[in-house]
Amino acid sequence: MNADGFTSKNLPKPLWLCAELTYSCPLQCPYCSNPVDFAWQKDTLSTEDWIRVLRQARRLGAVQLGFSGGEPLLRRDLETLVSEGRKLGYYTNLITSAYGLTEARIKALKEAGLDHIQISFQAGVKELNDFMAGTEVFEHKVASARLVKQYGYEVVLNFVIYRDNIDHIDVMLEMAAEIGADQVELANVQYYGWAFLNRDRLLPTKEQVERAEQIAHEYQEKFKGRMRVLFVVPDYYEERPKACMNGWGNLFLTIAPDGTALPCQAARQLPGLEFPNVRNHSVEWIWNESPAFNRFRGFDWMREPCRSCPERFKDFGGCRCQAYLLTGDPANTDPVCSLSPHHDLVLAAIASARASAQQHSDKGKIVFRNVRNSVRAAH
Amino acid sequence: MAQLDDASVLALSPKFRLQWEEAQNCYVLLYAEGMIKLNKSASEILTLVDGKRSLGAIIEELKSRFPGAPIESDVKEFIQVAHERGWVHVKEPS
Repeated sequence: MNADGFTSKNLPKPLWLCAELTYSCPLQCPYCSNPVDFAWQKDTLSTEDWIRVLRQARRLGAVQLGFSGGEPLLRRDLETLVSEGRKLGYYTNLITSAYGLTEARIKALKEAGLDHIQISFQAGVKELNDFMAGTEVFEHKVASARLVKQYGYEVVLNFVIYRDNIDHIDVMLEMAAEIGADQVELANVQYYGWAFLNRDRLLPTKEQVERAEQIAHEYQEKFKGRMRVLFVVPDYYEERPKACMNGWGNLFLTIAPDGTALPCQAARQLPGLEFPNVRNHSVEWIWNESPAFNRFRGFDWMREPCRSCPERFKDFGGCRCQAYLLTGDPANTDPVCSLSPHHDLVLAAIASARASAQQHSDKGKIVFRNVRNSVRAAH
Repeated sequence: MAQLDDASVLALSPKFRLQWEEAQNCYVLLYAEGMIKLNKSASEILTLVDGKRSLGAIIEELKSRFPGAPIESDVKEFIQVAHERGWVHVKEPS
């Protein structure tokens, strides 16, 4: 690969295909990665559409297939899609809240060829978990995780981390070990979509993050060889941006429920880009040719300080959505970078969240992800 | 965990899937949400890990495919690493 740009001959391949089967979800997590205006996107792809997408993407080299949402279990054709994906040679991953995950379904999915199930948790204890989820689901999640283990799947538990639960990651890790999880992901909230609306309420302090990271390291040692522990830091506290999506149009291809093709789940909000739809275009054209997937591909689009920075090959200028959300222009350097002229915006967000944590004895206002709030927020 | 020696019968861990990828023109090991691209020698070795052959048998097979090449220590070293990473395990004698 030519480091200074891509030629059509050696374009990257969409190794990771994320199929967002639906935006519907029984949970109301206030950090959801779905678009804030999801309630307006009602048009969903048919089974035949999805099968066509799976085939086309596989031909292009896609090999990891994630079924996500919303809650993908709400799709009655999930088993059909898993079966097709497995036959095509994908490694098939189900990313679920476990809501609706019955023993019959775990069995049917296994028979369809599902390789792996990841269950998300909102906290390590029932009260906070169910408050954040907006519904009673904690005990079902724990029971489901045990069943998933029993059926011989690799068990990955994903705990989303925010201010109210970051001090209790030890509880999460002990619980995961007791269930027999193979891997635990402690994934700090990334501030897009709903999480961006709730940032003052969710962002932990720097002290909290440092302490949690240290505890995570202790547990990595403690469970070495038994359970992998991943700690994903919140990038607001970094000096350099994350290599978001490993580069725009470089590895990840997301298909939204209505067939819109995106370089990441959050990209839909970016202005000035027309994202193609799999109903009108082949996956091959979308990935290789479409203006949207080429807009921030490679390095030629960059401005300073990225343009001449030796670290651009490592971090690809960070995240386009974060650049847009914070600076108003997606072509700017991700302001998480301390070299960005807009880095003060990140520092201000941190200060604002800290002030909010100190001011509100009731912990402050929270906007749950539901249809009512979606309709309201989009106006 | 069973000791790793020439008599050890090796199998791929059920958590990993070895697969030829046409688009990448190489073998890959797939696992939950991830992928390891294998180089030519790693592919030669791992495609012989079938739950039936012992480490010794794998070495013999490769010696016959690449006569004269000093491969024994390379294969042992690779299997050691693959074992540590959980890609392969030693089948208990039944």
